[in-house]
Amino acid sequence: MIRNTQGKSERNPILKLEHVTMRFGGLTAVDDFDNVAYEGEILGIIGPNGAGKTTVFNVITGIYFPTSGRIIFDGIDITPYKPHQITHLGVARTFQNIRLFGDLSVLDNVLVAQHHLLSTRDADKILVRHGKEPKVKGHLWFWRAVFKIGYREKERQMIEEAMNLLRKVQLDHLAYEKASSLPYGQQRKLEIARALATEPKLLLLDEPAAGMNPKESEELMEFIKYIRDEFKLTVILIEHDMKVVMGVCERIIVMDSGKIIAEGTPQEISRNPRVIEAYLGKEWEHVNT
Amino acid sequence: MVTAMRTMKEKTRRDLTLTVLFVIFVAILLQVANVKFDSYQKQVLSLMAIYGIMAVSLNLVNGITGVFSLGHAGFILLGAYTSALLTIPPEQKAMIFIIEPAHPFIANLHTDFFTATIVAGGISALGAFIIGFPVLRLSGDYLAIASLGFSEVLRILALNLQSITNGSLGLKGIPNHTNIWWSWGWLLVTVLFIVSLVKSSYGRALLAIRENPIAAEAMGINVFKHTLLSFVISAFFAGVSGSLYAHWLTTIDPRITTFGPVLTYYVLIMVVLGGLGSVSGSIIGAILFAFLMEWLRMFEQPFTLFGRQYPAIQGMRMLVLSVLFVVTMIVWKRGLFGRAEITWDGIRKLMKKFRRSGSR
Amino acid sequence: MSLNPTILIQNLLNGLMVGGLYALIAVGYTMVYGILRLINFAFGDVMVMGIYFAYYGATLIRLSFPLAVTVSLAGTALLGIVIDRLAYKPLRNSPRISALITAIGVSFFIESFAVVFFGPNYKPFLDALENKTIAFESFVIGNVYLPKIIFIILGITAIALFILFVIVYRTKIGMAMRAISADIPTTSLMGINVDNVIGFTFAISSALAALAGVMWALRYPSFYPYTGFVPGLKAFIAAVFGGIGSIGGAVVGGILLGVIEMMIITLFPTLMQYKDAFAFIILIVILLVKPAGLLGKRTVEKV
Ligand SMILES: Nc1ncnc2c1ncn2[C@@H]1O[C@H](COP(=O)(O)OP(=O)(O)O)[C@@H](O)[C@H]1O
Ligand SMILES: [Mg+2]
Repeated sequence: MIRNTQGKSERNPILKLEHVTMRFGGLTAVDDFDNVAYEGEILGIIGPNGAGKTTVFNVITGIYFPTSGRIIFDGIDITPYKPHQITHLGVARTFQNIRLFGDLSVLDNVLVAQHHLLSTRDADKILVRHGKEPKVKGHLWFWRAVFKIGYREKERQMIEEAMNLLRKVQLDHLAYEKASSLPYGQQRKLEIARALATEPKLLLLDEPAAGMNPKESEELMEFIKYIRDEFKLTVILIEHDMKVVMGVCERIIVMDSGKIIAEGTPQEISRNPRVIEAYLGKEWEHVNT
Repeated sequence: MVTAMRTMKEKTRRDLTLTVLFVIFVAILLQVANVKFDSYQKQVLSLMAIYGIMAVSLNLVNGITGVFSLGHAGFILLGAYTSALLTIPPEQKAMIFIIEPAHPFIANLHTDFFTATIVAGGISALGAFIIGFPVLRLSGDYLAIASLGFSEVLRILALNLQSITNGSLGLKGIPNHTNIWWSWGWLLVTVLFIVSLVKSSYGRALLAIRENPIAAEAMGINVFKHTLLSFVISAFFAGVSGSLYAHWLTTIDPRITTFGPVLTYYVLIMVVLGGLGSVSGSIIGAILFAFLMEWLRMFEQPFTLFGRQYPAIQGMRMLVLSVLFVVTMIVWKRGLFGRAEITWDGIRKLMKKFRRSGSR
Repeated sequence: MSLNPTILIQNLLNGLMVGGLYALIAVGYTMVYGILRLINFAFGDVMVMGIYFAYYGATLIRLSFPLAVTVSLAGTALLGIVIDRLAYKPLRNSPRISALITAIGVSFFIESFAVVFFGPNYKPFLDALENKTIAFESFVIGNVYLPKIIFIILGITAIALFILFVIVYRTKIGMAMRAISADIPTTSLMGINVDNVIGFTFAISSALAALAGVMWALRYPSFYPYTGFVPGLKAFIAAVFGGIGSIGGAVVGGILLGVIEMMIITLFPTLMQYKDAFAFIILIVILLVKPAGLLGKRTVEKV
């Protein structure tokens, strides 16, 4: 697929942040963020530590409620919704500090992420209200699950889907291992697989290459492109590893002290004087360009 | 892959058969006990199952969902009163409500024990649903205190709503319906329900909430709704256990040490002893606890130790159990089972190990 | 509804007094919580031990009342240190829930200990006084009777809180306490022995709880092993009310809680029997409306 980064007008923004500001007491972590993510792109967000990148993700996913501004996803104003509702609407994420369900198996971690397709009626109503297809199929899943009424078949399907997904990310051989027992790189991968299991349209990855060796991050780049195409996703990626950012992102947003200071293609960004200044003036971690 | 699926299915079927056989085996043992045991021993055997229901239901919230509630005694109390008021015959009620006659609605209620127990569970579940709305929005320690507080509020209500609960006089003359079959039967129902839940997608969601509530919410799980669900189910079975307990004790006296926080502590000890998070652990913890309680009873009568006579020591049971509780927490931490369960797979592996070491 | 001014004034004073006692225990909760993020469930029981120590000091060993109280404060301070060392210290690096369960266990242990060694029945605290009449004397102004004991308790509470504030804000160990409460790692780098500071915190918190207990027993003289349960819980609620972690908040929260309780009863005398239930309802409302409490700072959990 050929992506034309210039012809913005023909492209469909799947996510819009309209003048989003997030304050904590006196600190403005995100300051008037006003930008979009286009359907199917891989968008990078970079910037020094504390620039507000993770906070942008937390605001999009409903973990924080923005001080001001609106967030539109897939034509729905998701600003007032709770994290589980936003996930059900199609936004999935990973966490900068891995948050797996450590005591559960790899397979169970993925199965948990499918659970909302049985039970999230409140978010389903939002979909219906906006004229979209509801995602919860069937009724009374709780009772059916406890009394095993047509539930075993459902469970079998869920396991099959989860195993397929694990195969695609090459974690199937570890399906029955405890998630916390996996090596670091595999844990990051499992977090991505778990996010994919929620069946998202938009995937937010918070520093997926952190703690990976060069070979692993090389693989990760391929992996991100692969899942974007395979699952027809839009990906937003926060990353410190410039090699990964420059290698996979089609467009990059640069943040500093809560503000967007630059935006463009990797080439444009690497030539931008304000970005270069920010690089030189501040301490950047893991800069290995 | 297909064959793997088939063997999986075969194994589940085999395990199911084994489970059914095990239940039948236990039922036979209980029948033997029912014939051979004296009435005191039968009482203890019933109590074990009642404690089992209390522990398994508390474990659902505290061990599996990872939400630390201390309100169990409140739901047990609610169930106990509800069912007792339903089974005490109207003539009896007229006799025990001395200070103030029973409310006309209460005075004439009368149902059989089974219906009363179901209603008791239902009322406790409703109570949990109402209390859960504010309490489950709190986090961690606050939730613990608030739930303990609510169970105290229920006890204070029980002490003062004279025309409904007979106030501090409590209820007397509750028919002694609870026997081995009722208590162990309800334990079976409780365990089947909760294990079936835990082994489903809903149970995985609860475990995910325990492991990492923020990630669970971010994976699309309505954490509040699911926590409330586990709270309500737990309260239903707490109510059932309360009904069985009331018809085992035949009196309800709403003191701190009987239906107050001390009862919650007891159940907590059972669960912690067995391993917080393990259903099998909770059952074994409860059985062990009931056994210890009865065995330690000897200290509360004049007793002989190493040939010397001692007078009765009141409260000795609680002292020993509280020491056991604290020591478990500090030294043993995970209790008997940790979060592990007894499964047929586990037993097969264990037997294989024994056989191998035996043949060597 | 006509309010009797005599009753109003008496109840207000009573509320102030009970609130002051809540405050004494609440500062203990708040200091320990500030440092260890642990609800020391056992403070209510430490309070009861304080009552028993003073009672037996005066009746069994025949110490003078002030001396018996002094011994009781020293004894409970030691008890506080022992509880921390034996029960909480081994769990410093365990999940917080383990520490909370252990705290419940400790509370249960102390209650059971009291039942076994001091008996399960109510005891008359005033037997500890040589001159019991002090507990019944009143100031009479017009037709208003104001029990002297209330003023004595208010005075001692004020002095105790003043001393506490001096310790926390004017001494080196107090500074260390506040520093640890803010951030442990830097303090241990600065050469402060964290364990000693924690031990000291437990010692003064426990002594304050015991002092509150003794005064509680002077006003409500009949006590038994579970006497501390409800005041202990309420003191925790007072700490949350004021903003947990804040000593000033604990004092304000305690006094407000005491006064609010008494005012509700004054306005609606029929609710008297439900008095103990209000605090929990207040707790829920506070936590839902202003989770950081009156004087606490609001924080959003970092994700
Ligand atoms: N919950 C919170 N409470 C207070 N401050 C926060 C919170 N979350 C983030 N911040 C602050 O907001 C700023 C931006 O943080 P973050 O978004 O994590 O930065 P980045 O991900 O770019 O490194 C930091 O100064 C951080 O301390
Ligand atoms: Mg970040």
